[in-house]
Amino acid sequence: MKLIVAIIQPHKLDAVKTALEGVDVHLMTVTEVLGQGRQKGFTEVYRGAKEAGGLLKKIRLDIAVNDNFVEPTITAITKGAHTGEVGDGKIFVLDLAECIRISTGERGSTAIG
Amino acid sequence: MNSGDTAWVLLSTALVLLMTLPGLAFFYGGLVRRKNVLSILMQCLIILCVISLQWVLFGYSLSFGPDFHGIIGKLDFAGLRGVGPLPNADYAATIPHSAFMIFQAMFAVITPALIIGAYAERVKFSAFLVFTLLWATFVYDPLAHWVWGTGGWLKALGALDFAGGIVVHVSSGISALVLAVMLGKRIGYNHRPIRPHNLPFTVLGAALLWFGWFGFNAGSALAADGLAVNAFITTNTAAAAAGLTWAMIEWWHNGTPTILGGATGAVAGLVAITPACGFVNPMNAIFIGMIVALICYVAIAVVKSKLGYDDSLDAFGVHGVGGIWGTIATGLFAEKAVNAAGNNGFFFGNTHQLLVQGGLVVVTIAFAAIMTWIIFKLVDALIGMRVEEKSEIVGLDLTQQSEAAYTVIE
Repeated sequence: MKLIVAIIQPHKLDAVKTALEGVDVHLMTVTEVLGQGRQKGFTEVYRGAKEAGGLLKKIRLDIAVNDNFVEPTITAITKGAHTGEVGDGKIFVLDLAECIRISTGERGSTAIG
Repeated sequence: MNSGDTAWVLLSTALVLLMTLPGLAFFYGGLVRRKNVLSILMQCLIILCVISLQWVLFGYSLSFGPDFHGIIGKLDFAGLRGVGPLPNADYAATIPHSAFMIFQAMFAVITPALIIGAYAERVKFSAFLVFTLLWATFVYDPLAHWVWGTGGWLKALGALDFAGGIVVHVSSGISALVLAVMLGKRIGYNHRPIRPHNLPFTVLGAALLWFGWFGFNAGSALAADGLAVNAFITTNTAAAAAGLTWAMIEWWHNGTPTILGGATGAVAGLVAITPACGFVNPMNAIFIGMIVALICYVAIAVVKSKLGYDDSLDAFGVHGVGGIWGTIATGLFAEKAVNAAGNNGFFFGNTHQLLVQGGLVVVTIAFAAIMTWIIFKLVDALIGMRVEEKSEIVGLDLTQQSEAAYTVIE
Protein backbone atom coordinates (compact mmCIF):
# COMPACT_ATOMS: atom_id res chain seq x y z
CA MET A 1 0.00 0.00 0.00
CA LYS A 2 1.21 3.48 -0.85
CA LEU A 3 0.06 6.98 -0.02
CA ILE A 4 0.34 9.28 -3.02
CA VAL A 5 0.53 12.99 -2.20
CA ALA A 6 0.26 15.32 -5.19
CA ILE A 7 0.59 19.10 -5.25
CA ILE A 8 -1.00 20.52 -8.39
CA GLN A 9 -2.23 23.77 -9.94
CA PRO A 10 -5.77 24.58 -8.74
CA HIS A 11 -7.11 24.95 -12.27
CA LYS A 12 -5.91 21.44 -13.13
CA LEU A 13 -8.01 19.69 -10.46
CA ASP A 14 -10.85 18.80 -12.84
CA ALA A 15 -8.50 17.34 -15.45
CA VAL A 16 -6.65 15.30 -12.81
CA LYS A 17 -9.89 13.99 -11.32
CA THR A 18 -11.15 12.93 -14.76
CA ALA A 19 -7.85 11.18 -15.51
CA LEU A 20 -7.94 9.37 -12.15
CA GLU A 21 -11.47 8.18 -12.77
CA GLY A 22 -10.22 6.83 -16.10
CA VAL A 23 -7.87 4.45 -14.24
CA ASP A 24 -10.50 3.52 -11.65
CA VAL A 25 -9.13 5.63 -8.81
CA HIS A 26 -12.11 7.27 -7.14
CA LEU A 27 -11.16 7.85 -3.52
CA MET A 28 -9.16 10.93 -2.66
CA THR A 29 -8.91 13.79 -0.17
CA VAL A 30 -8.52 17.27 -1.63
CA THR A 31 -7.25 20.31 0.31
CA GLU A 32 -6.44 23.88 -0.57
CA VAL A 33 -2.85 24.66 0.40
CA LEU A 34 -0.29 27.43 -0.03
CA GLY A 35 3.18 26.82 -1.34
CA GLN A 36 6.01 27.82 -3.57
CA GLY A 37 8.49 25.98 -5.71
CA ARG A 38 10.72 27.04 -8.59
CA GLN A 39 7.82 29.17 -9.82
CA LYS A 40 8.19 31.51 -6.80
CA GLY A 41 5.27 33.68 -5.71
CA PHE A 42 3.76 36.89 -6.96
CA THR A 43 4.68 40.27 -5.52
CA GLU A 44 1.79 41.79 -3.61
CA VAL A 45 1.50 45.55 -2.93
CA TYR A 46 -0.69 47.10 -0.23
CA ARG A 47 -0.70 50.91 -0.17
CA GLY A 48 2.84 50.90 -1.44
CA ALA A 49 4.12 48.24 0.97
CA LYS A 50 5.54 45.41 -1.13
CA GLU A 51 5.67 41.75 -0.25
CA ALA A 52 7.71 39.74 -2.71
CA GLY A 53 7.25 36.02 -3.12
CA GLY A 54 3.90 35.60 -1.43
CA LEU A 55 2.85 31.95 -1.37
CA LEU A 56 0.69 30.64 -4.20
CA LYS A 57 -2.56 28.72 -3.97
CA LYS A 58 -2.16 25.02 -4.75
CA ILE A 59 -4.28 21.91 -4.47
CA ARG A 60 -3.08 18.90 -2.50
CA LEU A 61 -4.43 15.42 -3.26
CA ASP A 62 -4.02 12.55 -0.79
CA ILE A 63 -4.70 9.21 -2.43
CA ALA A 64 -4.15 5.82 -0.78
CA VAL A 65 -3.74 2.94 -3.29
CA ASN A 66 -2.74 -0.68 -3.48
CA ASP A 67 0.66 -1.32 -5.07
CA ASN A 68 -0.70 -2.28 -8.49
CA PHE A 69 -2.48 1.11 -8.74
CA VAL A 70 0.62 3.23 -8.03
CA GLU A 71 1.89 3.62 -11.60
CA PRO A 72 -1.56 4.19 -13.19
CA THR A 73 -2.27 6.84 -10.52
CA ILE A 74 1.01 8.64 -11.16
CA THR A 75 0.41 8.51 -14.91
CA ALA A 76 -3.12 9.89 -14.53
CA ILE A 77 -2.08 12.77 -12.26
CA THR A 78 0.81 13.66 -14.56
CA LYS A 79 -1.46 13.55 -17.62
CA GLY A 80 -4.08 15.76 -15.97
CA ALA A 81 -1.77 18.30 -14.34
CA HIS A 82 0.97 18.67 -16.97
CA THR A 83 1.49 21.95 -18.84
CA GLY A 84 5.29 21.85 -19.09
CA GLU A 85 5.67 25.12 -17.21
CA VAL A 86 7.25 25.63 -13.77
CA GLY A 87 4.56 25.43 -11.12
CA ASP A 88 2.91 22.24 -12.40
CA GLY A 89 3.62 20.67 -9.02
CA LYS A 90 5.03 17.45 -7.58
CA ILE A 91 4.00 13.91 -6.73
CA PHE A 92 5.30 12.13 -3.62
CA VAL A 93 4.90 8.40 -3.00
CA LEU A 94 5.05 7.19 0.61
CA ASP A 95 4.85 3.72 2.15
CA LEU A 96 1.57 3.19 3.94
CA ALA A 97 1.70 1.06 7.07
CA GLU A 98 -1.99 0.42 7.60
CA CYS A 99 -5.44 1.38 6.39
CA ILE A 100 -8.68 0.92 8.33
CA ARG A 101 -12.20 1.52 6.99
CA ILE A 102 -14.04 3.02 9.95
CA SER A 103 -17.54 1.88 8.97
CA THR A 104 -16.74 -1.83 8.71
CA GLY A 105 -13.48 -2.22 10.54
CA GLU A 106 -11.83 -3.78 7.44
CA ARG A 107 -8.06 -3.46 7.34
CA GLY A 108 -5.29 -3.40 4.75
CA SER A 109 -5.73 -3.78 1.00
CA THR A 110 -9.45 -4.48 1.11
CA ALA A 111 -10.07 -1.25 3.01
CA ILE A 112 -8.34 0.97 0.46
CA GLY A 113 -10.47 0.73 -2.68
CA MET B 1 -39.76 75.95 8.69
CA ASN B 2 -39.35 74.06 5.45
CA SER B 3 -40.46 70.44 5.18
CA GLY B 4 -38.13 69.78 2.22
CA ASP B 5 -35.09 71.00 4.17
CA THR B 6 -36.12 68.98 7.21
CA ALA B 7 -36.58 65.82 5.13
CA TRP B 8 -33.17 66.28 3.51
CA VAL B 9 -31.40 66.83 6.83
CA LEU B 10 -33.05 63.77 8.41
CA LEU B 11 -32.14 61.66 5.39
CA SER B 12 -28.59 63.04 5.51
CA THR B 13 -28.40 62.12 9.19
CA ALA B 14 -29.17 58.51 8.30
CA LEU B 15 -26.57 58.65 5.50
CA VAL B 16 -23.88 59.84 7.90
CA LEU B 17 -24.76 57.07 10.36
CA LEU B 18 -24.17 54.63 7.50
CA MET B 19 -20.63 55.97 7.15
CA THR B 20 -19.62 54.77 10.62
CA LEU B 21 -21.53 51.51 10.58
CA PRO B 22 -21.19 49.65 8.32
CA GLY B 23 -19.10 51.97 6.08
CA LEU B 24 -16.02 52.69 8.15
CA ALA B 25 -16.39 49.42 10.07
CA PHE B 26 -16.02 47.39 6.87
CA PHE B 27 -13.44 49.72 5.33
CA TYR B 28 -11.22 49.21 8.37
CA GLY B 29 -12.44 45.67 9.13
CA GLY B 30 -11.23 44.36 5.79
CA LEU B 31 -7.79 45.86 6.31
CA VAL B 32 -6.96 44.05 9.54
CA ARG B 33 -6.06 40.42 9.99
CA ARG B 34 -8.90 37.93 10.37
CA LYS B 35 -8.23 37.56 14.11
CA ASN B 36 -9.07 41.25 14.69
CA VAL B 37 -11.99 41.99 12.36
CA LEU B 38 -14.65 41.79 15.06
CA SER B 39 -12.70 44.18 17.28
CA ILE B 40 -13.03 46.85 14.57
CA LEU B 41 -16.75 46.24 14.08
CA MET B 42 -17.24 46.30 17.86
CA GLN B 43 -15.34 49.57 18.27
CA CYS B 44 -17.43 51.22 15.54
CA LEU B 45 -20.70 49.96 17.03
CA ILE B 46 -19.80 50.96 20.57
CA ILE B 47 -18.67 54.42 19.48
CA LEU B 48 -22.05 54.82 17.79
CA CYS B 49 -23.76 53.85 21.06
CA VAL B 50 -21.55 55.80 23.47
CA ILE B 51 -21.28 59.05 21.54
CA SER B 52 -24.98 59.06 20.64
CA LEU B 53 -25.69 59.10 24.38
CA GLN B 54 -22.87 61.53 25.24
CA TRP B 55 -24.21 63.88 22.57
CA VAL B 56 -27.81 64.12 23.80
CA LEU B 57 -26.72 64.23 27.45
CA PHE B 58 -24.10 67.00 27.24
CA GLY B 59 -21.92 66.78 24.09
CA TYR B 60 -24.28 68.77 21.90
CA SER B 61 -24.47 71.52 24.47
CA LEU B 62 -20.67 71.72 24.81
CA SER B 63 -20.41 72.16 21.03
CA PHE B 64 -23.47 74.21 20.16
CA GLY B 65 -24.77 75.54 23.47
CA PRO B 66 -24.70 79.28 24.22
CA ASP B 67 -21.14 80.53 23.88
CA PHE B 68 -18.79 80.87 26.84
CA HIS B 69 -15.91 83.22 25.87
CA GLY B 70 -15.53 81.63 22.45
CA ILE B 71 -14.09 78.41 23.84
CA ILE B 72 -17.00 76.14 24.79
CA GLY B 73 -20.78 75.90 24.76
CA LYS B 74 -22.58 76.31 28.05
CA LEU B 75 -24.70 73.45 29.38
CA ASP B 76 -28.06 75.09 28.62
CA PHE B 77 -28.84 72.38 26.04
CA ALA B 78 -27.73 69.47 28.28
CA GLY B 79 -30.26 66.69 28.14
CA LEU B 80 -31.68 68.46 25.08
CA ARG B 81 -33.36 71.12 27.20
CA GLY B 82 -34.91 73.59 24.78
CA VAL B 83 -33.79 71.55 21.76
CA GLY B 84 -37.12 70.81 20.15
CA PRO B 85 -39.19 71.29 17.02
CA LEU B 86 -38.65 75.05 16.82
CA PRO B 87 -35.70 76.17 14.67
CA ASN B 88 -32.55 77.67 16.13
CA ALA B 89 -31.82 80.51 13.72
CA ASP B 90 -28.14 80.60 14.77
CA TYR B 91 -27.61 77.29 12.98
CA ALA B 92 -30.49 76.46 10.67
CA ALA B 93 -33.54 78.67 10.39
CA THR B 94 -35.67 76.34 8.30
CA ILE B 95 -35.47 73.04 10.19
CA PRO B 96 -36.24 71.97 13.76
CA HIS B 97 -33.39 72.61 16.20
CA SER B 98 -33.63 68.94 17.11
CA ALA B 99 -33.01 67.94 13.46
CA PHE B 100 -29.79 69.99 13.45
CA MET B 101 -28.83 68.35 16.75
CA ILE B 102 -29.24 64.76 15.53
CA PHE B 103 -27.47 65.54 12.22
CA GLN B 104 -24.51 66.85 14.20
CA ALA B 105 -24.64 63.77 16.44
CA MET B 106 -23.53 61.57 13.54
CA PHE B 107 -20.46 63.79 12.98
CA ALA B 108 -19.56 63.46 16.64
CA VAL B 109 -19.89 59.68 16.25
CA ILE B 110 -17.74 59.19 13.17
CA THR B 111 -14.86 61.43 14.27
CA PRO B 112 -13.51 59.26 17.12
CA ALA B 113 -14.29 56.21 14.97
CA LEU B 114 -11.82 57.41 12.33
CA ILE B 115 -9.05 57.21 14.96
CA ILE B 116 -9.59 53.44 15.22
CA GLY B 117 -7.31 53.11 12.20
CA ALA B 118 -4.31 54.20 14.27
CA TYR B 119 -4.60 51.80 17.21
CA ALA B 120 -6.17 48.86 15.38
CA GLU B 121 -5.10 45.34 16.35
CA ARG B 122 -3.48 46.25 19.68
CA VAL B 123 -5.70 48.48 21.81
CA LYS B 124 -7.34 47.26 25.02
CA PHE B 125 -11.14 47.52 24.76
CA SER B 126 -11.68 49.10 28.17
CA ALA B 127 -8.99 51.69 27.48
CA PHE B 128 -10.45 52.39 24.04
CA LEU B 129 -13.84 53.04 25.64
CA VAL B 130 -12.52 55.54 28.19
CA PHE B 131 -10.21 57.20 25.65
CA THR B 132 -13.07 57.65 23.18
CA LEU B 133 -15.38 59.27 25.71
CA LEU B 134 -12.66 61.63 26.97
CA TRP B 135 -11.51 62.48 23.45
CA ALA B 136 -15.04 63.27 22.27
CA THR B 137 -15.64 65.48 25.29
CA PHE B 138 -12.32 67.31 25.48
CA VAL B 139 -11.21 67.42 21.83
CA TYR B 140 -14.18 67.09 19.49
CA ASP B 141 -16.76 69.07 21.42
CA PRO B 142 -14.59 72.17 22.04
CA LEU B 143 -13.20 72.13 18.50
CA ALA B 144 -16.69 71.87 17.00
CA HIS B 145 -17.62 74.87 19.13
CA TRP B 146 -14.60 76.89 18.03
CA VAL B 147 -15.22 76.32 14.32
CA TRP B 148 -19.00 75.90 14.05
CA GLY B 149 -20.55 77.17 17.27
CA THR B 150 -22.03 80.64 17.30
CA GLY B 151 -19.44 82.76 19.12
CA GLY B 152 -16.67 80.19 18.62
CA TRP B 153 -13.33 81.97 18.33
CA LEU B 154 -12.17 80.34 15.10
CA LYS B 155 -15.52 80.97 13.46
CA ALA B 156 -15.19 84.61 14.50
CA LEU B 157 -11.81 84.77 12.72
CA GLY B 158 -13.53 83.74 9.48
CA ALA B 159 -12.40 80.10 9.32
CA LEU B 160 -14.13 78.13 6.57
CA ASP B 161 -14.94 74.45 7.15
CA PHE B 162 -18.10 73.49 5.33
CA ALA B 163 -18.57 69.91 6.51
CA GLY B 164 -15.75 69.05 8.88
CA GLY B 165 -12.35 68.97 7.20
CA ILE B 166 -10.86 70.50 10.33
CA VAL B 167 -13.32 69.45 13.00
CA VAL B 168 -13.62 65.85 11.83
CA HIS B 169 -10.64 64.92 9.67
CA VAL B 170 -7.65 66.96 10.81
CA SER B 171 -8.59 66.51 14.47
CA SER B 172 -8.97 62.73 14.19
CA GLY B 173 -6.03 62.36 11.81
CA ILE B 174 -3.55 64.23 14.00
CA SER B 175 -4.79 62.41 17.10
CA ALA B 176 -4.34 59.16 15.18
CA LEU B 177 -0.71 59.98 14.47
CA VAL B 178 -0.02 60.85 18.10
CA LEU B 179 -1.70 57.63 19.23
CA ALA B 180 0.15 55.49 16.71
CA VAL B 181 3.50 56.87 17.89
CA MET B 182 2.66 56.60 21.60
CA LEU B 183 1.15 53.14 21.36
CA GLY B 184 4.05 51.75 19.34
CA LYS B 185 4.11 49.32 16.46
CA ARG B 186 2.19 46.10 16.18
CA ILE B 187 4.29 43.01 16.86
CA GLY B 188 6.09 42.02 13.67
CA TYR B 189 5.17 45.23 11.84
CA ASN B 190 8.65 45.91 10.52
CA HIS B 191 9.43 42.47 9.23
CA ARG B 192 6.80 42.19 6.51
CA PRO B 193 3.66 44.01 5.37
CA ILE B 194 0.56 43.02 7.35
CA ARG B 195 -1.82 41.90 4.63
CA PRO B 196 -5.49 42.93 4.63
CA HIS B 197 -7.65 39.88 5.36
CA ASN B 198 -10.62 40.85 3.18
CA LEU B 199 -10.23 43.54 0.55
CA PRO B 200 -13.80 43.07 -0.76
CA PHE B 201 -14.94 44.25 2.71
CA THR B 202 -12.70 47.28 2.37
CA VAL B 203 -14.10 48.16 -1.05
CA LEU B 204 -17.65 47.65 0.23
CA GLY B 205 -16.85 49.96 3.13
CA ALA B 206 -15.30 52.59 0.86
CA ALA B 207 -18.40 52.50 -1.36
CA LEU B 208 -20.66 52.98 1.66
CA LEU B 209 -18.46 55.85 2.84
CA TRP B 210 -18.74 57.48 -0.58
CA PHE B 211 -22.53 57.02 -0.54
CA GLY B 212 -22.90 58.31 3.01
CA TRP B 213 -20.61 61.24 2.30
CA PHE B 214 -23.37 62.83 0.20
CA GLY B 215 -25.28 63.25 3.46
CA PHE B 216 -22.15 64.41 5.27
CA ASN B 217 -21.27 67.13 2.75
CA ALA B 218 -24.47 68.01 0.89
CA GLY B 219 -26.43 67.65 4.14
CA SER B 220 -24.15 70.26 5.71
CA ALA B 221 -25.94 72.87 3.60
CA LEU B 222 -28.75 72.20 6.10
CA ALA B 223 -31.22 72.84 3.31
CA ALA B 224 -32.35 71.14 0.11
CA ASP B 225 -31.08 73.93 -2.10
CA GLY B 226 -28.56 74.83 -4.80
CA LEU B 227 -25.70 74.93 -2.31
CA ALA B 228 -26.46 71.35 -1.27
CA VAL B 229 -26.39 70.33 -4.93
CA ASN B 230 -23.04 72.08 -5.42
CA ALA B 231 -21.64 70.24 -2.40
CA PHE B 232 -23.04 66.96 -3.75
CA ILE B 233 -21.37 67.47 -7.14
CA THR B 234 -18.00 68.65 -5.79
CA THR B 235 -17.99 65.67 -3.40
CA ASN B 236 -18.54 63.13 -6.15
CA THR B 237 -16.13 64.87 -8.50
CA ALA B 238 -13.26 65.08 -6.02
CA ALA B 239 -13.69 61.43 -5.00
CA ALA B 240 -13.65 60.35 -8.63
CA ALA B 241 -10.57 62.43 -9.46
CA ALA B 242 -8.70 61.15 -6.40
CA GLY B 243 -9.59 57.47 -6.90
CA LEU B 244 -8.46 57.57 -10.51
CA THR B 245 -5.31 59.55 -9.74
CA TRP B 246 -4.26 57.17 -6.95
CA ALA B 247 -4.65 54.14 -9.22
CA MET B 248 -2.67 55.90 -11.97
CA ILE B 249 0.13 56.81 -9.55
CA GLU B 250 0.37 53.17 -8.48
CA TRP B 251 0.37 52.01 -12.06
CA TRP B 252 3.31 54.27 -12.77
CA HIS B 253 5.13 53.68 -9.45
CA ASN B 254 4.52 49.95 -8.84
CA GLY B 255 3.58 48.63 -12.25
CA THR B 256 -0.05 47.79 -11.43
CA PRO B 257 -3.09 49.73 -10.21
CA THR B 258 -4.79 48.19 -7.14
CA ILE B 259 -8.36 48.23 -5.85
CA LEU B 260 -7.06 49.11 -2.38
CA GLY B 261 -5.31 52.10 -3.93
CA GLY B 262 -8.38 53.18 -5.89
CA ALA B 263 -10.60 52.88 -2.82
CA THR B 264 -8.08 54.66 -0.59
CA GLY B 265 -7.76 57.43 -3.15
CA ALA B 266 -11.52 57.90 -3.35
CA VAL B 267 -11.76 58.21 0.44
CA ALA B 268 -8.86 60.68 0.44
CA GLY B 269 -10.71 62.71 -2.18
CA LEU B 270 -13.84 62.71 -0.03
CA VAL B 271 -11.78 63.88 2.95
CA ALA B 272 -10.13 66.70 1.02
CA ILE B 273 -13.35 68.06 -0.46
CA THR B 274 -15.16 68.01 2.91
CA PRO B 275 -14.14 71.51 4.13
CA ALA B 276 -14.34 72.90 0.59
CA CYS B 277 -17.46 71.29 -0.89
CA GLY B 278 -19.80 74.22 -0.24
CA PHE B 279 -17.30 76.92 -1.20
CA VAL B 280 -15.63 75.72 -4.42
CA ASN B 281 -16.84 74.90 -7.92
CA PRO B 282 -16.74 71.40 -9.43
CA MET B 283 -13.80 72.12 -11.77
CA ASN B 284 -11.59 73.07 -8.84
CA ALA B 285 -12.87 69.96 -7.03
CA ILE B 286 -11.10 67.92 -9.72
CA PHE B 287 -7.84 69.64 -8.86
CA ILE B 288 -8.39 69.19 -5.11
CA GLY B 289 -9.00 65.47 -5.69
CA MET B 290 -5.98 64.92 -7.92
CA ILE B 291 -3.60 66.69 -5.54
CA VAL B 292 -4.88 64.89 -2.44
CA ALA B 293 -4.21 61.53 -4.09
CA LEU B 294 -0.63 62.56 -4.79
CA ILE B 295 0.01 63.98 -1.31
CA CYS B 296 -1.59 61.09 0.58
CA TYR B 297 0.15 58.52 -1.59
CA VAL B 298 3.52 60.05 -0.77
CA ALA B 299 2.58 60.28 2.94
CA ILE B 300 1.53 56.63 3.13
CA ALA B 301 3.75 54.78 0.67
CA VAL B 302 6.94 56.79 1.11
CA VAL B 303 7.05 58.96 4.26
CA LYS B 304 5.36 56.50 6.66
CA SER B 305 7.77 53.69 5.85
CA LYS B 306 10.75 56.04 6.18
CA LEU B 307 9.65 57.36 9.60
CA GLY B 308 8.56 53.92 10.74
CA TYR B 309 5.46 54.70 12.82
CA ASP B 310 2.63 52.17 12.62
CA ASP B 311 -0.52 54.11 11.68
CA SER B 312 -2.07 50.71 11.07
CA LEU B 313 -4.89 51.63 8.69
CA ASP B 314 -3.56 55.07 7.68
CA ALA B 315 -6.01 57.18 9.65
CA PHE B 316 -3.41 59.96 9.69
CA GLY B 317 -2.22 59.36 6.15
CA VAL B 318 -5.72 59.68 4.70
CA HIS B 319 -7.72 61.82 7.15
CA GLY B 320 -4.99 63.96 8.68
CA VAL B 321 -3.01 64.67 5.53
CA GLY B 322 -6.09 64.82 3.30
CA GLY B 323 -7.92 67.06 5.76
CA ILE B 324 -5.00 69.49 5.98
CA TRP B 325 -4.80 69.74 2.20
CA GLY B 326 -8.58 70.21 1.96
CA THR B 327 -8.53 72.99 4.54
CA ILE B 328 -5.69 74.78 2.75
CA ALA B 329 -7.36 74.17 -0.62
CA THR B 330 -10.49 75.86 0.72
CA GLY B 331 -8.35 78.94 1.30
CA LEU B 332 -7.14 78.69 -2.30
CA PHE B 333 -10.32 77.91 -4.24
CA ALA B 334 -13.24 79.27 -2.19
CA GLU B 335 -15.36 81.78 -4.09
CA LYS B 336 -18.32 83.90 -3.12
CA ALA B 337 -19.90 83.09 -6.47
CA VAL B 338 -20.49 79.56 -5.11
CA ASN B 339 -21.48 80.55 -1.58
CA ALA B 340 -22.14 84.15 -0.67
CA ALA B 341 -21.98 83.26 3.02
CA GLY B 342 -18.40 82.02 2.52
CA ASN B 343 -15.49 84.05 1.24
CA ASN B 344 -13.09 84.33 -1.67
CA GLY B 345 -9.85 82.37 -1.49
CA PHE B 346 -6.33 83.08 -2.72
CA PHE B 347 -7.10 82.47 -6.39
CA PHE B 348 -10.03 84.88 -6.15
CA GLY B 349 -7.96 87.73 -4.77
CA ASN B 350 -8.18 87.10 -1.03
CA THR B 351 -4.84 86.07 0.43
CA HIS B 352 -6.19 86.65 3.92
CA GLN B 353 -8.47 83.59 3.66
CA LEU B 354 -5.47 81.37 2.92
CA LEU B 355 -3.72 82.67 6.04
CA VAL B 356 -6.84 82.05 8.13
CA GLN B 357 -7.06 78.48 6.82
CA GLY B 358 -3.35 77.93 7.54
CA GLY B 359 -3.81 79.25 11.06
CA LEU B 360 -6.82 76.99 11.48
CA VAL B 361 -4.68 73.98 10.59
CA VAL B 362 -1.89 74.97 12.98
CA VAL B 363 -4.26 75.55 15.88
CA THR B 364 -6.07 72.27 15.28
CA ILE B 365 -2.84 70.27 15.02
CA ALA B 366 -1.52 71.76 18.26
CA PHE B 367 -4.79 71.34 20.16
CA ALA B 368 -5.51 67.79 18.98
CA ALA B 369 -1.93 66.63 19.52
CA ILE B 370 -1.57 68.05 23.02
CA MET B 371 -4.98 66.88 24.21
CA THR B 372 -4.51 63.41 22.75
CA TRP B 373 -1.12 63.16 24.46
CA ILE B 374 -2.68 64.09 27.81
CA ILE B 375 -5.65 61.75 27.46
CA PHE B 376 -3.39 58.91 26.33
CA LYS B 377 -1.09 59.37 29.33
CA LEU B 378 -4.06 59.46 31.68
CA VAL B 379 -5.79 56.37 30.31
CA ASP B 380 -2.51 54.52 29.96
CA ALA B 381 -1.71 55.16 33.62
CA LEU B 382 -5.20 54.19 34.80
CA ILE B 383 -5.96 51.19 32.60
CA GLY B 384 -3.13 50.60 30.13
CA MET B 385 -3.84 51.40 26.48
CA ARG B 386 -2.27 48.35 24.93
CA VAL B 387 -3.15 44.68 25.29
CA GLU B 388 -0.55 42.20 26.51
CA GLU B 389 1.79 40.70 23.95
CA LYS B 390 0.10 37.31 24.13
CA SER B 391 -3.34 38.83 23.55
CA GLU B 392 -2.06 40.74 20.55
CA ILE B 393 -0.65 37.56 19.03
CA VAL B 394 -3.83 35.56 19.63
CA GLY B 395 -5.95 38.46 18.38
CA LEU B 396 -8.37 40.94 19.91
CA ASP B 397 -11.50 39.08 18.81
CA LEU B 398 -10.77 36.14 21.11
CA THR B 399 -8.99 37.99 23.91
CA GLN B 400 -11.12 41.14 24.18
CA GLN B 401 -14.48 39.78 23.04
CA SER B 402 -14.38 35.97 23.36
CA GLU B 403 -15.63 35.39 19.83
CA ALA B 404 -14.29 34.63 16.38
CA ALA B 405 -15.40 35.97 13.01
CA TYR B 406 -14.68 32.90 10.93
CA THR B 407 -14.93 29.23 11.73
CA VAL B 408 -12.51 26.84 10.09
CA ILE B 409 -14.44 23.77 11.17
CA GLU B 410 -18.19 23.95 11.66
